[in-house]
Amino acid sequence: MTQPDMRALFLEELTRISPDIDPADVSDSDHLQDDLELDSMDILNLVTALHQRLGVSISEADYPKIATPGFAVSYLSDAAGSG
Amino acid sequence: MGLFVMPSLGSDMESGTLVEWLVAPGDTVARGDAVAVVETQKGAIEIECFEAGTVQELKAQPGTVLPVGAPMAVILAAGDAAPETDALPEPEQEPQPLSKPEPAAEPAAAPARDTTVPAAAAGAVAGAIKASPAARARAAELGLDLGTLAGSGPGGAVVLADVVPGGARDIGEPASRLDEMRKAISAAMTHSKRTIPHFYLSQTMDVQATLDMLAVRNAGVPPAERVLLGAVLLRMAALAVQKTGTLNGHFTDGVFRPAEQVNPSLAVALRGGGLVAPALADVPAMTLDEMMFAMPDMVSRARAGRLRSSEMTRGTITVSSLGETSGEVMAGVIFPPQVALIGIGAPQMRPWVIAGGVVPRTVITVTLAADHRVSGGREAARFLSQFEVLVSQPEVL
Repeated sequence: MTQPDMRALFLEELTRISPDIDPADVSDSDHLQDDLELDSMDILNLVTALHQRLGVSISEADYPKIATPGFAVSYLSDAAGSG
Repeated sequence: MGLFVMPSLGSDMESGTLVEWLVAPGDTVARGDAVAVVETQKGAIEIECFEAGTVQELKAQPGTVLPVGAPMAVILAAGDAAPETDALPEPEQEPQPLSKPEPAAEPAAAPARDTTVPAAAAGAVAGAIKASPAARARAAELGLDLGTLAGSGPGGAVVLADVVPGGARDIGEPASRLDEMRKAISAAMTHSKRTIPHFYLSQTMDVQATLDMLAVRNAGVPPAERVLLGAVLLRMAALAVQKTGTLNGHFTDGVFRPAEQVNPSLAVALRGGGLVAPALADVPAMTLDEMMFAMPDMVSRARAGRLRSSEMTRGTITVSSLGETSGEVMAGVIFPPQVALIGIGAPQMRPWVIAGGVVPRTVITVTLAADHRVSGGREAARFLSQFEVLVSQPEVL
C-alpha cells in the first residue's frame, strides 16, 4: 500500500470514529488527542479498527508512535509492509 | 399498557418532538423495544416501551411537539381493552410507564410530578398566568414578568424556551441544538445549586497498581479485548458506592429513596460543546469485558444523538471522569434527583511516599460532591476510603 493510500485509509477510520472531523482539515502534524480531541476510548476504537482493517495490532506502548496522522501513516506502512 | 404517552426524560424536560415511529399498527412489541424517536433538548432519544403488547394505534404524527404526558400511541397488552384516549391523562399518571421497568427507575420518574407537569396543567393553578414551573423559575431568576412573555406551550402557556430577556422570543429563528442543550443544562444545574446543599470531599490516591495491572493485561491481547482505565475506575466507583448506601438513589418529595442497583450516569462531553449523562445499569454486576462493550456503545450513541429513554432516566449517581489530559480535580454539580456526583481527575505523575521513601507514582484525585440533606462527611469519607482500597488492590475485580 502506498503512503497516500495508507493516509486515506487512516483518515477514513479516524472520521468514522469521530464523524465531525473534516478530513480536509486534518494536517499530518495534528495531535490526535490535543488537536483532534480524541479521548482514550476514541483511540482504542481507532486502534481496534486499524487492527481489523490491516491486521496490525498496535500495542499501548506504541501509542506515541501514532500520535499524529503523519506518525501513524509511517508506522502503519512499515508494520503492514513487514507483514 | 394501553395509552403510551410522552415520557419525562429528566426533571428539566417539558416536551419532545416526535421524529419518527419505529413501529406500525399491528406490530407486536416486547418490553424495552424502541418504539419511537423523539427529539429533545439533549438530542434524539429512542423511546422504549415498558410492557409487551400490540400496537393498536399511533396517535401522534411525526413532526409534532408533544408535552410530557401527551398521548402518543395505544399499545395493548394481551386481554387489554382500548382505553379512553381523547383527554390528556392526569399528571399523576405520566411517570407510570417509566416506573414499571425496575425499582431503581421509580424515583427517577417521580420528580416529573414536581417540576415537569405539562405546561397546560401547571397553568391551571388558581387562574394564574399559564406557565411551566421551569419557566416560572427562570422568569423569577431573570426578573421578568411572566405576563409580558408570549407563551408557545399548550394553550399559550409560557414554557422555559419562551423566557428570554426582551420578551417574546424570535420564533422564526430556532435555537441551535447546542443552545437548546445549554438551556437544559443551565436549568438542571441552576435547580441543583439552588435546592441541593452540596458539600465536597476529595482524596488523592495512588492508582499505579491499577495501571500496572492494565498494562500487563492489555499487552497480551488484541485491541478489541483491551480494557480502559476509565472502565476500571467506573466499576470501582460503583462498588464503593454500593458499600455506602446514602449516595445512591434519588431525593424526591423531600425524601431520600435509596436505589437497589447502582446505575452510574456517565458525564459524556460532546464535541463542539454540550454534555449528556446517560446511565449504565447495575455496574457492580457487570464484568470489565461487558463494560468495555457497553461504555463505548453508549458513548458513541450519545455523540450520535441516539440514546435510549431508559439510559436517560435510570441513573442513580453520576460519575464524571476527566480523561487523561484535562484537569486534576473536579468538584461537580449534582444532577437532580440524584444525591451525589463523583469527579475523577486526570491521572498525574507525582512524588509519593511509600514505606518512608519518595517514589514517582501515578495518582488520581477523586472528589465526591454529595447532598447534605442525605449524607455527611462520614459517609463521604467511607466512600473515598473504599475507593482507595479498590484502586490499590485491582486484583479484586
